Amino acid sequence: MSAIENEGRRGSARAVALASSLGRFLVIAVTTYLGLLAVTFFIGRVIPIDPVLAVLGDRAPANVVERTRREMGLDLPLVEQFYIYVKSALHGDFGTSVLTTNPVMTDIRRALPATTELATLGTLIGALFGVPLGVLAAVRRGSLIDQIVRIIGLIGYSVPIFWLGLLALVLFYAKLQWVAFPARLDVVYEYTFTPITGFYLLDSLWQGQWDVFYDAFRHIILPASLLGYFSLAYISRMTRSFMLNELAQEYIVAARAKGLSETRIIWGHALRNAAVPMVTVIALSYAGLLEGSVLTETVFSWPGIGLYITNSLQNADMNAVLGGTIIIGSVFIAINLLSDLLYRVLDPRTKSA
Amino acid sequence: MMMEKFALRSRILLAGAAMSALLLAGAPAGAVTPADTLVEGFAIDDIISMDPGEAFELSTAEVTGNTYDLLVRLDLSDTSKVKGDLAESWTVSDDGLTYTFKLKPGLKFASGNPITAADVAYSFERAVKLDKSPAFIIDQFGISGDNVTEKAKAVDDTTFQFTVDKAYAPSFVLNCLSATVASVVDAKLVKEHVAAVTPSADYKWDNDFGNAWLKTGYAGSGVFKLREWRANEAVVMERNDNYFGEKAKLARVIYRNMKESSAQRLALEAGDIDVARNLEPNDLDAIAKNADLTTTSAPKGTVYYISLNQKNPNLAKPEVRQAFKYLVDYDALGSTILKGIGEIHQTFLPKGVLGELDENPFKFDVAKAKELLAKAGLADGFSVTMDVRTGQPTTGMAESIQQTLGQAGIKLEIIPGDGKQTLTKYRVRNHDIYIGQWGQDYFDPNSNAQTFASNPDNSDAGKTKTLAWRNAWDIPDLTKQTEAALLEKDAGKRATMYQDLEKKILDTSPFVVIHQQLEVAGLRKNLKGFALGPSFDSNFVGPVSKE
Amino acid sequence: MSADAIQTRRDWLLSERPASRMQARLGRAYVAWRRFSANRLAFLGLLIIIALLVVAASAGVLAPYSPTFGDLKGSRLLAPSAEHWFGTDDLGRDILSRILYGSRWTLYVVILVAIIAAPIGLLVGTVAGYAGGWTDAILMRITDIFLAFPKLILALAFVAALGPGIENAVLAIAITSWPPYARIARAETLTVRNSDYIKAVQLMGASPFRIVLRHIMPLCISSLIVRVTLDMAGIILTAAGLGFLGLGAQPPLPEWGTMIASGRRFVLDQWWVAGAPGFAILIVSLGFNLLGDGLRDALDPRSGDQ
Repeated sequence: MSAIENEGRRGSARAVALASSLGRFLVIAVTTYLGLLAVTFFIGRVIPIDPVLAVLGDRAPANVVERTRREMGLDLPLVEQFYIYVKSALHGDFGTSVLTTNPVMTDIRRALPATTELATLGTLIGALFGVPLGVLAAVRRGSLIDQIVRIIGLIGYSVPIFWLGLLALVLFYAKLQWVAFPARLDVVYEYTFTPITGFYLLDSLWQGQWDVFYDAFRHIILPASLLGYFSLAYISRMTRSFMLNELAQEYIVAARAKGLSETRIIWGHALRNAAVPMVTVIALSYAGLLEGSVLTETVFSWPGIGLYITNSLQNADMNAVLGGTIIIGSVFIAINLLSDLLYRVLDPRTKSA
Repeated sequence: MMMEKFALRSRILLAGAAMSALLLAGAPAGAVTPADTLVEGFAIDDIISMDPGEAFELSTAEVTGNTYDLLVRLDLSDTSKVKGDLAESWTVSDDGLTYTFKLKPGLKFASGNPITAADVAYSFERAVKLDKSPAFIIDQFGISGDNVTEKAKAVDDTTFQFTVDKAYAPSFVLNCLSATVASVVDAKLVKEHVAAVTPSADYKWDNDFGNAWLKTGYAGSGVFKLREWRANEAVVMERNDNYFGEKAKLARVIYRNMKESSAQRLALEAGDIDVARNLEPNDLDAIAKNADLTTTSAPKGTVYYISLNQKNPNLAKPEVRQAFKYLVDYDALGSTILKGIGEIHQTFLPKGVLGELDENPFKFDVAKAKELLAKAGLADGFSVTMDVRTGQPTTGMAESIQQTLGQAGIKLEIIPGDGKQTLTKYRVRNHDIYIGQWGQDYFDPNSNAQTFASNPDNSDAGKTKTLAWRNAWDIPDLTKQTEAALLEKDAGKRATMYQDLEKKILDTSPFVVIHQQLEVAGLRKNLKGFALGPSFDSNFVGPVSKE
Repeated sequence: MSADAIQTRRDWLLSERPASRMQARLGRAYVAWRRFSANRLAFLGLLIIIALLVVAASAGVLAPYSPTFGDLKGSRLLAPSAEHWFGTDDLGRDILSRILYGSRWTLYVVILVAIIAAPIGLLVGTVAGYAGGWTDAILMRITDIFLAFPKLILALAFVAALGPGIENAVLAIAITSWPPYARIARAETLTVRNSDYIKAVQLMGASPFRIVLRHIMPLCISSLIVRVTLDMAGIILTAAGLGFLGLGAQPPLPEWGTMIASGRRFVLDQWWVAGAPGFAILIVSLGFNLLGDGLRDALDPRSGDQ
């Protein structure tokens, strides 16, 4: 999935730019929000789908359609509609989703944890396997293992995620029955289990409901592993390149001269220094998974924000699209800021400077 | 040092992950749904409201049919008739204008409130005054917000009177009253939840008749009560112990939103659901072969058709309209893409409805079509577009028709779009060809006749936007004939009038009706009493039990 | 040609003191080519792309059947066999033929997106970088807005607004992929803007327009080419993703993503319908990734790790 890699490249360029000052960052954030609002709004108005149909359904007679159009304020001038739109959005009111009849924020509050849980587990899997693989590849540069890691990574960049997901579903669910069907929980649990935070794995653990935890795990593990693989492809590759960079530094030569064990040099010194840029990489991979989850959620019927936005978009439910997009956009910006801050805290050079 | 610990920890975590993967591999396969719960996999993403006065969607119809009661209901043993539901008996006055219904004694809503004629009157009042999509079914009897309290009123606690403006065929009036919009709501409960509204030119009333609450709420008396609807996720129903008839055998029914046929099949095979409702032919085949599973089907009042916009000069030629009817490979479609989910059916009235004509005169015949095209001066064919909603079976049908049209030199460009998108275009007559389906609004021949065979005003400003209007087909004579059939009291004569209409539509119309939908379900063999009804609001789950 | 001649030509190319600008350029290209061709994986990538070009050019000759017509009754969903190497789809069409013809559409999308997006990015980036001040701030804010959007969702929204069809998918992808190019071009511009070379050109009285067009843009092009090549796999995957969500090509165009989407329904029993086009996408985007990697290593030794 080279989208993630692109995130990385644009992101690190951005991280540098953001480092300049927090104030400037805020200006960027605000203008970006306004831009998001404008773009989403105007797409929503030129889309050749009648938003009234989203409210009334396919079979509404003509007179009802006309009346509802007036009720929804769709007969007002565009500029006026945009003004109303921005004003309520700034108050944190994204309106009501016509598809679900809930306030958009309520829907998002339910969908966001689903996406976050998936992306977090995916990143964990990616980092857990990607970092050691990247280190190994750097240490044994040119060896068979280096080649294998490289090929695993390249395939990860090249394979259509929805296709791989489809095949995985057929193999692990349909044929082997190792994992549960595409949803967050079995139907039985869905109506007996009351989540607190919306992160089902944590909630079930907290409540001591082991069977629910096991069930949630059986549902999440396949999509998470899939996302994890894409994250692994990116993380292992970046780790390798950072480690090569570190291993070529003079302090490593010095450490070797002092007779430190190779394990200690690699895992203790080189990785420690490489860990600083790694934080950014992992954070960006995380952000990439968040926004890149649209297709995965579609394949695995995962009721997250990506599926929510796609569904709403297809039904011209523009309140929901706007809300979802703004949320993803702000999470994305926040992660960038956070990784930037972490970078400053962790890196001794920036601290002293 | 710290990093060494980190490295160690990551190794432990790695080992942990590997362990859990192993655990997973050893996990027992196959889930079982609870013994007192029916779980159905069903595409319920069309639901937009649970208010019977507002809902007009097909999946909602099934839920409303199970959770609300009506005065009269379709008689499943003879679908050209109705039988009493809440009504014990009814009479029609001699002038054919006044219908008087007597309610069964001792009826109760799920809430425990008694069911009275006042509740029935309120249900009609709110449906008409809300004036949502299905309101026209009642409005067409000369009823409006201003006169509804007069025309639909409670005479006493158990007597309800309904007055219409013309001496319609009683079968027509009663069939319309069996539509879900006429569901009886618990007036007392609803009135506790009304929200105030500022009257406007479009909406003259000062309250919403509980519409906002009833969108997700429940105030009925059906065999099941609605516990919750979570949009795009699930509908949960629970047994209503106050139901007047035979109580439901299961405690709970869950409709889980699943869009994909293959996903439903997988879940059914694994035992995660008991019933799969949106199966495509290949999955249906696989289920029929599985020893633990079985299938059932019932013809539904929905027909699939392609329609030719008469604003397109080529499509407006009578020979071209006729040629299209020879350019659909009905047999191939019926044995592949529609196998098990549709029956080839070329007339506009579906099977089971009064006056249905069982005739399929057209066969795939390229030579005949070419001859007709040559007569129209289009021997070399022409180019034309077709709007197709993505999804099945429409996309598969469209692609097949694209190939068969190509054999007669007609170059078809398919414009795929989401349902809402193609419909938006269709409703303003901006298409060339449209492929779609039409489901009956209520179980009466007039529902389809009115839309396929009448077009009172073909101008762009026309108020009655029937399918004939959407395709700019100007038919003053057929329109009159359709209206006349409404007033024929003799059911037999009325049926003949519709058969005559169907013949004319077959010959001349810009509609190529292809098939009637068969609703199918795959189910686990331990289910007893599961049956699909003739209409979407008669898929009753009350009699279902598990072994 | 004697071994001596090769030896001398090589020396000429690798000369430490090139006699002309031409010799220096050729020398650099030669070094890059040697580095590139020594990288076996990159070479494999090049072969895949060449194969793609050949297949696309000669699909009409190679394909055994029509990609759009099939026998619905007689040859629906057949398993791979001697007659149909990759089987047939739900309308009885030969999948191999569809994949061969589909390569044209893959190339079409990739090339068109690159042709549209790269110049936009180049223009925005160089102008912003060279002009600085308000121009820079405004252009970069616009770039940020597009970057902050979830890319696939933005593309989805554009396709929904523009209507379906492969041209509109191309346009939507192009609209979402220019911002990174603008950033790269801007960064490159900033590094050369204050160089003596540009100062000298300014002193000679060249107009800003001319400086950007003739002196700055050419300097950005090599890093842009590397980046575009690396992005090609991403473009293919995004296009396939749009196709998968039903917003790509119109039927019966054999676009690979759309083929996966329609094969999805049969994946349980007839895996080849979705399997074959997915594999084709994998191979081609792998090819572009390998090629891009090799190009980056060869042209830009700093970022390379070989």
